[in-house]
Amino acid sequence: MIGPWDRVQAARAQDRPTARDFIDRLLTGFIPLRGDKRFGEDLAVLAGAAYLNGRPLMVAALERGRSFQEKIEHNFGMAQPEGYRKTLRCMQQAEKFHLPLLCLVDTSGAYPGIGAEERGQGEAIAENLITLMGLRTPVVSLLIGEGGSGGALALAVADRVWMLENAWYSVISPEGCASILWKDPARTKEAAESLHLTAQDLYGFQVIERIFPEDDTLFPALKEALEREFLALSQTDINTLLEDRYAKYRKLGAVLT
Amino acid sequence: MAIFKQGLFKRPNNPLEQDASAGAAAPGRGELWLRCKGCKRVLLQEELDKNDQVCPGCGAHFRMGPRPRIASIADEGSFQELFVGMRSADPLSFPGYKDKLDKARRQSGESEAVICGRATLEQKPFCLFVMAQNFMMGSMGCAVGEKITLLFEYALEQRLPVVGFTVSGGARMQEGILSLMQMAKVSGAIRRFSDAGLLYVCVLTDPTTGGVTASFAMQADVTLAEPGALIGFAGPRVIEQTIRQKLPQGFQSAEFLLEKGFLDAIVDRREQRDYLSRLLALYGEADKWKNG
Repeated sequence: MIGPWDRVQAARAQDRPTARDFIDRLLTGFIPLRGDKRFGEDLAVLAGAAYLNGRPLMVAALERGRSFQEKIEHNFGMAQPEGYRKTLRCMQQAEKFHLPLLCLVDTSGAYPGIGAEERGQGEAIAENLITLMGLRTPVVSLLIGEGGSGGALALAVADRVWMLENAWYSVISPEGCASILWKDPARTKEAAESLHLTAQDLYGFQVIERIFPEDDTLFPALKEALEREFLALSQTDINTLLEDRYAKYRKLGAVLT
Repeated sequence: MAIFKQGLFKRPNNPLEQDASAGAAAPGRGELWLRCKGCKRVLLQEELDKNDQVCPGCGAHFRMGPRPRIASIADEGSFQELFVGMRSADPLSFPGYKDKLDKARRQSGESEAVICGRATLEQKPFCLFVMAQNFMMGSMGCAVGEKITLLFEYALEQRLPVVGFTVSGGARMQEGILSLMQMAKVSGAIRRFSDAGLLYVCVLTDPTTGGVTASFAMQADVTLAEPGALIGFAGPRVIEQTIRQKLPQGFQSAEFLLEKGFLDAIVDRREQRDYLSRLLALYGEADKWKNG
């Protein structure tokens, strides 16, 4: 039996493919966008235009890097405000040029640093959320590894949210939960269980629509599913699409009256 | 880790972790006097109550409960609460959460961490949400997200402006991914409300952090804050642990955010009613051009 903590560790494994691998395996002819045209370039984010089976789309991705050297370069996939604002440019271009948007999510969270706060980490994420909620083009988000809190959500408000079978997605990392809520880092594994952060859990909550098994069929299956989904979504009336997107998030949450 | 357990290092002060029922420097229940965190002056509780919980000496803003806050903004007797009694379930059966909710409800007398309604301000109708610092430090779970979403939907239907007061430690961990989804849900409601040309003003109070900062606190047309309020995405302790250095004095204060360009103004609590009233009037009078 594979437990939630095993999945968290699998999602963090050294040899796990990163966003760059997904772009290389799924798309062709990638042309990057760089910088937010305000402050700087953030290598934790990859963005640009590319082809999926001969049809153009925009892609925004969180890249953590593979080797240690790469990880440092990409700040372990923890984006700063300028990174989120680069994805915002990518979203706006997708809308402007009527191209569907693919988001690839893999981050332990938005970077908690002095510069990030100075440049408005909260504002940058908030702006992405409100933009994606009304973006007049189809959006599919794929969680390929870690889905840490608001830093992941900033690229995961979409018509379809899909997950790989060992990806995790949560309001907080298990470490953060154990340390903040229980003041006991030793209870990290227990936190992973309590948070219900696996793909199966999220499917049950209707937060995601589909889970992809991590086997040899992964890339061909993804390619086919993305093509099919983007075709269907692109042929849906845009106002219907936005209504459906709103309705999907509108129903999430358990309240008593 | 053992080093920490032996207590060799003092944990940095974390305003997000103080007992919500006590507040940052607010007096304990039933106490007659307290010392101001700013000027160290001894203050009578009665004196503070009469002054919107602001020190008459130095102007330090003490935390304020949601009910006195509503009373300080809305015209007397005009507040009609909406979505009364709506509250979070325990969707994850999270360890200890039910007890925590019960305790928060008992101590605060509120059913959840936000109060919504409509009221008038100088006879002008508006919608209002006020987060409750005395309910799990205003953490955002499903009920908070649902109530604020309902309020924006109601305000859109009624074509009324929305004024919000935030205070929050962030998304409520005990409701897991569903808490995170409230950020998207509320953002969707604000987007529709905003696209209809309606005004949303948000006042950030101490502390406003995490998922609330990364959603509706930063999505207003006009963003205000109270003096000295802590405002940020990541909490100070998380940042200090990540970068392994002490944070500079005043980091993440309202004054700091104003300087960095993320606030439109810092408004003393005693002047907020007047300021909001002027805002609602100004932004609601575009017809004066069309009608000549």
